[in-house]
Amino acid sequence: MTETGIPPGSGAAIRAASARTADPEQRVLERIEEIRKRRPALREDSITMSHGAGGKASHTLTTALFAAILSNPALDELGDHATLMLPGVDGMGIAITTDSFVVSPLFFPGGDIGELAINGTINDLAVGGATPLGIAAAFILEEGLDVALLRRVVESMRRAADRAGVHVVTGDTKVVPRGKVDQLFITTTGVGTLVVPRRVGMHRIVPGDIVVLSGAIGDHGATVMLARGDVDLEADNLRSDTMALHGMTSALLTGGVDVHFMRDATRGGVATVLNEIAQAAGVAVAIDEDALPIHDEVRGVAEILGIDPLYIANEGKLVALVGRDDGARALEIMRSCAVGTEAAVIGEVIAEPEGMVFMRTGFGGTRVVDMLIGDPLPRIC
Amino acid sequence: MKFADEFRDRDLARALGARIAADAGDRHWKIMEVCGGHTHTIFKYGIEDLLPSNVELVHGPGCPVCVIPMGRLDDGIALAHEPSVIFTCFGDLLRVPGSTGSLLDARAAGADVRMVYSPLDALTIARQNPDRKVVFYAIGFETTAPSTALTLMRAKAEGIRNFFVFCNHVTIVPPMKAILDSPGLQLDGFLGPGHVSTVVGIRPYQFVTTTYAKPVVVVGFEPLDILQGVHMIITQIREGRCEVENQYKRVVHDDGNPKALEVLGRVFKLRSHFEWRGLGFISQSALELQDEFAEHDAEKVFSVPGLRVADPKACQCGEVLKGVLKPWECKVFGTACTPETPIGTCMVSSEGACAAYYSFGRYSRARERERVLASGEPANGRVRAGEHETGVRPVPVRER
Repeated sequence: MTETGIPPGSGAAIRAASARTADPEQRVLERIEEIRKRRPALREDSITMSHGAGGKASHTLTTALFAAILSNPALDELGDHATLMLPGVDGMGIAITTDSFVVSPLFFPGGDIGELAINGTINDLAVGGATPLGIAAAFILEEGLDVALLRRVVESMRRAADRAGVHVVTGDTKVVPRGKVDQLFITTTGVGTLVVPRRVGMHRIVPGDIVVLSGAIGDHGATVMLARGDVDLEADNLRSDTMALHGMTSALLTGGVDVHFMRDATRGGVATVLNEIAQAAGVAVAIDEDALPIHDEVRGVAEILGIDPLYIANEGKLVALVGRDDGARALEIMRSCAVGTEAAVIGEVIAEPEGMVFMRTGFGGTRVVDMLIGDPLPRIC
Repeated sequence: MKFADEFRDRDLARALGARIAADAGDRHWKIMEVCGGHTHTIFKYGIEDLLPSNVELVHGPGCPVCVIPMGRLDDGIALAHEPSVIFTCFGDLLRVPGSTGSLLDARAAGADVRMVYSPLDALTIARQNPDRKVVFYAIGFETTAPSTALTLMRAKAEGIRNFFVFCNHVTIVPPMKAILDSPGLQLDGFLGPGHVSTVVGIRPYQFVTTTYAKPVVVVGFEPLDILQGVHMIITQIREGRCEVENQYKRVVHDDGNPKALEVLGRVFKLRSHFEWRGLGFISQSALELQDEFAEHDAEKVFSVPGLRVADPKACQCGEVLKGVLKPWECKVFGTACTPETPIGTCMVSSEGACAAYYSFGRYSRARERERVLASGEPANGRVRAGEHETGVRPVPVRER
């Protein structure tokens, strides 16, 4: 409910929004903003690939189906991980997160499915300020899978876990008939400890916050897209950025920076994270196109395929929102970490209009950066 | 990025914007960009922010996906459901709603629908799957038609008999004529389509200047190209000229590409008539396969329903395509019709005026605030984005 007692997105709210201005275009825009505040409804009869692409459809599926049916206080926060309290223990909670990995091909320049599974799980814990304790891993294997290949994947997981200082402490294996999965799927669950009440989270975001990005965007998505071989392009220097970020998050949290929020920008890219921030925290975000670190190879691939690097997946990049005076310090700390040498301040949080993300284009104009819709599709001419 | 960044220079843009503002004077200008690629650039770079408010850009009909009528889409979906068919098309088309769902829905229902980046990819699929029938849903103006033509020639030469084209290629001049003939539309001039002109050259637009007395400037797709094109039109009118000019000389030759035109002539012929979304049937406005290629013509080999389906009642894509309505003036814009749940084609393709406006331009109260913010002095001790050199573009990073 708003201050006026009118529920957002209701007919009354839409009428009120339309009445705020006499300019007809403005009225339409105000009405649309009200409608966008409505709880999304799942209208499709069957699941399409866009429900898994990390954009608007994924968000709708999560909120309108999973969270609606399974609703409970820990889930309803829809964070990177949930926080569970131990009865009788004050000041310390358990963080838990889970993620499935179905990447194809299994091996790609700069990484593989096993390394991705460990790093992704560590990162989901780290960005919420949790310290990883241990990881569980479940494997679904296709009949006929080459054991040597499975061994390579698991050895890679071992190396990634060792680097991050955690163990894979339990697991499960299922085998399904040929053709029922594509070689190998992995689900990992991470558990960590967390100081409560939480120091970082959506609740701490305020206008004036500085948006810092930990490095160049789009490397992972662009690499896998090319490795898949669907597009006949080559880029020798392109590597997945799969990395564990817990070292950097803990350096930020202990380095005297007033960190308000962090999230790793995986599926749906940086644009999706910024939109989630704008919507959940009821603020707007303004970013500068010129400030975005993007490798030339990624810019080239994106340009040719007609997709926007802001929507391409990363596996080792986070967006941090820090207090208005802490931008320089945060940047210094990030750049001192091996995983953050290309960190950059990319924008700031502003108060209005709620729920929207803008970009000041390098050309001198401005535009809206919306959530990803559908799969990122190439333009044709 | 070399050879592209030069055309996105902020200082040049500002200078050009100022010159346009000075030369435009007090009167209102209405200039139509014909091509969807231009529409996309205009919104992506926020070009309207650099133009004075009395210079208005009207978004034209040149988005290949937007002009496909619903019936032709239903035909495609019916083809996708044919036994043993692998249906291939460009990505933009997948989400366009037919009368009973989109190609993505067809795929979820079991049809083998695959996205390709070029008709040659579809031919490769045909080569790899000799026991399947591979249909390529061809769309686009003279820009994409030559690549379809070359693919058909190769299929024929190699004797690949399981490759078929469902041809929806259209030509650019008839819809421009239809727009010029439509009552109530006051335009000062046209930004001509750059990519189409690489093939057809600039002479086909002569009739716009002679019959309709409107100037045409063929422009490229970088933001500076578009600003310069706008300035060239205003200059023509101020100087009392009315010509077809070529701003995109680095790519477009006045005579086009004779080789591509020859290939088009070998493979395609003009259809007697073709239905355009919102514009209705226009005679001699689209291409079909020559009889020599009949064995690859999906319309001849398969039984295509070929039903004419009326556009959804609420949808005003036709008026938007003609430039009569602005996207936000459509009754369902942004409410019932969004990029996520589109009703009309203009809301699907990234080149559609509605999708571009919704995704990139959907603000104006924000615009003022944002401007204040962008020009304001940074608060004390505060870091502003871009103040730190990022200077990182070319570095290949990977630290373990």
